[in-house]
Amino acid sequence: MSAQAETVLKNVQLPEEPEKATLEGRNKILGFWFFLGGESVLFGSLFATYIALRNQNASGPTGAELFDLTMVAIATFLLLTSSMTSVLAVQAMHRHDVKNIKLWFAITVLLGLAFLGLEIYEFNNYAAEGHLFNSSAFASAFYTLVGFHGGHVLFGVVWIALLIGQLAKKGLTVVTAPKIYLAALYWHFVDLVWVFIFTVVYLMGKVG
Amino acid sequence: MEWLTTVDHKKIAVLYLVAGGMFFLIGGLEALLIRIQLMKPEFDFVPAHTFNELITMHGTTMIFLAAMPLIFALMNIAVPLQIGARDVAFPFVNALGFWMFFFGGLLLNLSWFLGGAPDAGWTAYAPLSGPDFGSNGVNFYVVGLQIAGLGTFIGGINMLATIVNMRAPGMSFMRMPMFVWTSFVTSIIILFCFPAITVGLVLLMFDRLFDANFFDVANGGNPVIYQHLFWIFGHPEVYILIIPAFGILSEVITTFSSKRLYGYSSMVFATVLIGFLSFMVWAHHMFTTGLGPVANSLFGVATMLIAVPTGIKIFNWIFTMWGGHIRFTTANLFAVAFIPTFVIGGVTGVMLASPPADFQYHDTYFVVAHFHYVIVGGLIFAVFAGLFYWWPKLFGRMLSETMGKWTFWLFFTGFHMTFFVQHFLGLMGMPRRVFTYLKGQGWDELNFISTIGAFLMAAGTIVFLVNIAVTARKPVGAPADPWDGRTLEWTIPSPPPEFNYAQIPLVRGLDALWVEKTEGNKEMVPSEPLGPIHLPSPTILPFLMSVGLFIAGFGFMYAGQHFDNGLAQALFNNYIVAGIGLALFFACMFIRSLFDDRGFHVEPEGLQEKGAKA
Ligand code: HEM
Ligand SMILES: [Cu+2]
Repeated sequence: MSAQAETVLKNVQLPEEPEKATLEGRNKILGFWFFLGGESVLFGSLFATYIALRNQNASGPTGAELFDLTMVAIATFLLLTSSMTSVLAVQAMHRHDVKNIKLWFAITVLLGLAFLGLEIYEFNNYAAEGHLFNSSAFASAFYTLVGFHGGHVLFGVVWIALLIGQLAKKGLTVVTAPKIYLAALYWHFVDLVWVFIFTVVYLMGKVG
Repeated sequence: MEWLTTVDHKKIAVLYLVAGGMFFLIGGLEALLIRIQLMKPEFDFVPAHTFNELITMHGTTMIFLAAMPLIFALMNIAVPLQIGARDVAFPFVNALGFWMFFFGGLLLNLSWFLGGAPDAGWTAYAPLSGPDFGSNGVNFYVVGLQIAGLGTFIGGINMLATIVNMRAPGMSFMRMPMFVWTSFVTSIIILFCFPAITVGLVLLMFDRLFDANFFDVANGGNPVIYQHLFWIFGHPEVYILIIPAFGILSEVITTFSSKRLYGYSSMVFATVLIGFLSFMVWAHHMFTTGLGPVANSLFGVATMLIAVPTGIKIFNWIFTMWGGHIRFTTANLFAVAFIPTFVIGGVTGVMLASPPADFQYHDTYFVVAHFHYVIVGGLIFAVFAGLFYWWPKLFGRMLSETMGKWTFWLFFTGFHMTFFVQHFLGLMGMPRRVFTYLKGQGWDELNFISTIGAFLMAAGTIVFLVNIAVTARKPVGAPADPWDGRTLEWTIPSPPPEFNYAQIPLVRGLDALWVEKTEGNKEMVPSEPLGPIHLPSPTILPFLMSVGLFIAGFGFMYAGQHFDNGLAQALFNNYIVAGIGLALFFACMFIRSLFDDRGFHVEPEGLQEKGAKA
């Protein structure tokens, strides 16, 4: 795109759904859905491994002894709320309301950080109780699954934070719009995975 | 430099071709060494441990670093052209996919020089590959394949988005050439099966490098999980290899029979069905693991089901040739030879799918014969067919047909000599993966024949290389449509201009070019006026990102090891190197997202000077 074309782009009325206005945008969205399909298999494999090993705690502590459901419930609440705020950001994008995109994304980032903080705190507690990455097959599977998810949250937080900066610099254009849309999509996916982790790891783990 | 920064799908195809070809030669050399060792009983050409490294690296190299990239080369040459697109959906990702594959493969092969190659078999089953038994080489396996696999994964996503979103007007799904269909199904399989092996490799890596317990029975681990993860990937993987071969065959046979493909829609249906079934049968590799009779029977029956759509395909190809004006070019020779060869591989496959019989065949040369009939007699034949077919399009030069026929006959004879006798060796009980055998068991002659066959194949390959070298000296002069083709790629000059189509064509039926030919038109009807064409700029970032992962890979592998040299200890016995590599990777990612690629325009005046038309 030449610089001239870019100014034209900014002045032209943005379409209702700017993320789908260009072929590049549509390609990105489609490609990202495919990517999430692959990610589902990735997490599916980790879940399967965890389910197979969840009672193999050797002589270490079991899930029922470890898990603190109150804290996990708070974490879940934070993450699900952040999913909602990211929807609000996308809705703001459809209204071409840059200020509110930034606002809702900022809240999303904060909630994500709070979630991560809780997770680190939780892992620390477990470690203190002798539940280390290498203490049993259950422990390895637990930290791998939940840790992979945590890594995804971290990636999402950094991604969205950088997007806020980009938005401040470049505004809402047909180039930045797909990025906003994709980041929100990713964030939903990460939250959805957490719902499964909450059920399979924590609820099922507590019940035994 | 141009080659390090290119994002043009045709250049990336060449890169895949060169790199995949190089790994094919390495894998072939390993095969020859294996075969020399097995040429006669109680031979001591290579030591037992080296033999283990050789079979591991041969299998791994051939599957991940030769067959896959050669397929990606052909997909990159043909898919965008066949759907009438100017480019792929994500040129940047396309380049990134190549470089990741390349550096992953490089890392894996460096193991030969850095303390020994992996030796736990190409399947790297735990616990043999685990921290207690696997050599240092297995680290190279887990890390290298993760990087290469990531590259393949994103390459697959690129193909999918390209096929769904970038088709020329009028090119409905049911008008797509068969090769595009097979590339589509293959890419879907890649999408869903590569993450499974990535998880398997990650878990193995955690066991090896970070003392995890996934496969460590003493601490509650379970090695069968590794087998499941491996084969949930591994079985679909062989379909990733063979389905594009089906597509190439359909293109080559229709063109050289001057007939449309018989039963096009049943071919599409069969392809999709095979793709789906390929995910349902992984446990047929695990009959002897002890899953029990119920699971074994179900997986056995599901496996046999695949024979049905495959049979449909075989008959359709035969009916396509039936009554056509068949031209036996080299490409078509390879294509026609594919059919009986693949049928033999299919029949032995059904034999193996019967669990009680498999207890007999398991881990014998019967299996080796079976999968080489499918992979070499299927895929490699098809790759040769595809290369001879699309070479003029890609390079603008015709390969020599005379030398081509030499290649074919040498390779074809050598192939059957090598692998046909292995069926009998297997039935007579010769186990696979053993480095030698005692004399007087009736295996001596057959093994000798097998080795001679392997040398004939090598000779065929050498003739092919000579062919390339000779052809490369000739001036660019291939016509746009050397074979009287039927599909869109033959409507543009050979080699195609950077932007492929000056005007995107309008597609009016299956075999778009043939439709126009039968109506007496010399070229396609354009679907748009001549205008400036936007192309993405070249960039070094994909290369640097892959280098970053490459460095990080070494960092992780060596972080836990002790070095006598003080400097090496200071550098490597920690995560500094890994951190540097990852930092490079993410920094490139960051730069990429910060500076949107403006690309550049080719103006129509320029187009006319170059004499390009729709
Ligand atoms: C071109 C000539 C080839 C020859 C002469 C050849 C020969 C061999 C031999 C002798 C073995 C060892 C069998 C054993 O001891 O278990 C082997 C194994 C294998 N080959 Fe090939 N091969 C060739 C091509 C290929 C190709 C093109 C592929 C795949 C694309 C391939 C895939 C494999 C695999 C997966 C194994 C199993 C390795 C293992 O047991 O871990 N081969 N081959
Ligand atoms: Cu299989």
